[in-house]
Amino acid sequence: MWSLAEIVRSCADTGLSFPETVMARDSERSGMDPRSIREIMDSRLVDMERSVKEALSGDPRGKFVGGDAALMGAYGAGHTPLSGTFAVEASRIALAVSTYNASMGRIVAAPTAGSCGILPGMLFGFGSAYPAPRERLVEALTVAGGIGQVIARRATLAGATGGCQAECGAAAAMGASALVFLQGGSPEAISHAAALTIKSIMGLVCDPVAGLVEIPCVKRNGSLVALGAICADMALAGIRSAIPPDEVIDAMRSVGHSLPESLRETGTGGIAATPTGIRMKEALL
Amino acid sequence: MRLIDVIGPVMIGPSSSHTAGAARLGGLARRIWGKPVSRVAIFLRGSFAATYKGHGTDLALVGGLAGMLPDDPRIRDSFREAKDAGICWEMKSETVDGAHPNSVRFLFSDDSGEEMEIIGSSIGGGAVVLTGIDGFSLKLSGELAAIVTFHRDEPGVVAAVGGALSKAGRNIASLNLHRQGRGGNAAMVIELDDRDIDGLEPLIKATHPAITRVLAIPGGGEN
Repeated sequence: MWSLAEIVRSCADTGLSFPETVMARDSERSGMDPRSIREIMDSRLVDMERSVKEALSGDPRGKFVGGDAALMGAYGAGHTPLSGTFAVEASRIALAVSTYNASMGRIVAAPTAGSCGILPGMLFGFGSAYPAPRERLVEALTVAGGIGQVIARRATLAGATGGCQAECGAAAAMGASALVFLQGGSPEAISHAAALTIKSIMGLVCDPVAGLVEIPCVKRNGSLVALGAICADMALAGIRSAIPPDEVIDAMRSVGHSLPESLRETGTGGIAATPTGIRMKEALL
Repeated sequence: MRLIDVIGPVMIGPSSSHTAGAARLGGLARRIWGKPVSRVAIFLRGSFAATYKGHGTDLALVGGLAGMLPDDPRIRDSFREAKDAGICWEMKSETVDGAHPNSVRFLFSDDSGEEMEIIGSSIGGGAVVLTGIDGFSLKLSGELAAIVTFHRDEPGVVAAVGGALSKAGRNIASLNLHRQGRGGNAAMVIELDDRDIDGLEPLIKATHPAITRVLAIPGGGEN
């Protein structure tokens, strides 16, 4: 029942769009009526947009992080970026919102607080490059949520269980699918954009310095938006994951379970366990 | 997981479990205490104790105790507001074998001499569960309105309470019974679909002589 293949099949059978199908299935399972789900999703987009505005209007700082979004903004304004203007703008927004989260800003966990910059980066980065009606962005957010639901059910969305692949990785996959939808891609392409992204972050570990949602979380927000964008482009180009999307998600679950505890949000392995990471932790205490 | 839980909650950062969940735990404990908080000792366990400063867990717990929801920006400065509201608290750490990694114990007291101990855990994504009230093990999420009874384990308590709720036209969403032994102390947690709890406390208390105490807890979690 929790399967991307089934959502794609259901779209074909009913003629409903991907977000309409996600919405109908969610309503069926949660018992909430579609109108209130739509209203809340709309308010989530409002809150997300507000987090972008608040993050960009100030100079948020965490215990370790701060200033990266401003650097990216200045760079984007003065250069033709190698990875394209969309990727740089999405990255700037993602860095800003993620830093804002570290500074106790008000954000939308999507799917988690540690990955909260990625969807705003991709959706509002798209919105600034290709003006889209607001309704369309709510639908894109619904697409992202539908992908996240399947990942939550077949794998996990918690770094403590599945590593960073389950947080920033999942967010990038959700965003990739949202972008394909916004560009008019088919339900099949939407599901494959998620699979292509997940295959690229398979095994990504959760290794926060001092256990805080800062290093490397903020920069992963800033870079994975671009991975999601290229995977969306690959799916729109007609490239398909050789392994079906549901099986890719299942593999992500197994990989998460194989990760040692030191790489699942305990702040004891990976980047957190480098000499500098340990020094930073000691300086904080 | 509902769509609105995957895209959500809206919260003050940086961590759904250590910040948003902590604010929820504070708020839920406050609702169960049931009156303005005057004195409370807060004992942090596991990862809450290890990383509370970097995650603002202390600010979020106190904010919740002062009635702030997880998305309330006042959480950033909750200590000042809580002091203004007359809340006196102390924050300590404790090590307990087998405790959930993100858990906390509250010890409330007031000038009337009343005391209450509440233990809860933040279980991920901002969701929480209370696992103990005054030494009783139970499970309570606080998302729905709930009735908690403390009673002696005697025949007829469940039927009496169920009958009274039925007569009042209230639908039970879940019911869990916990007892310390046959004929011993017992607790029952009943979650209700309807948020309104007005008048339920005396109503339930009067249903059976074995019931010694009833808590009626308003539902929360609107975001």
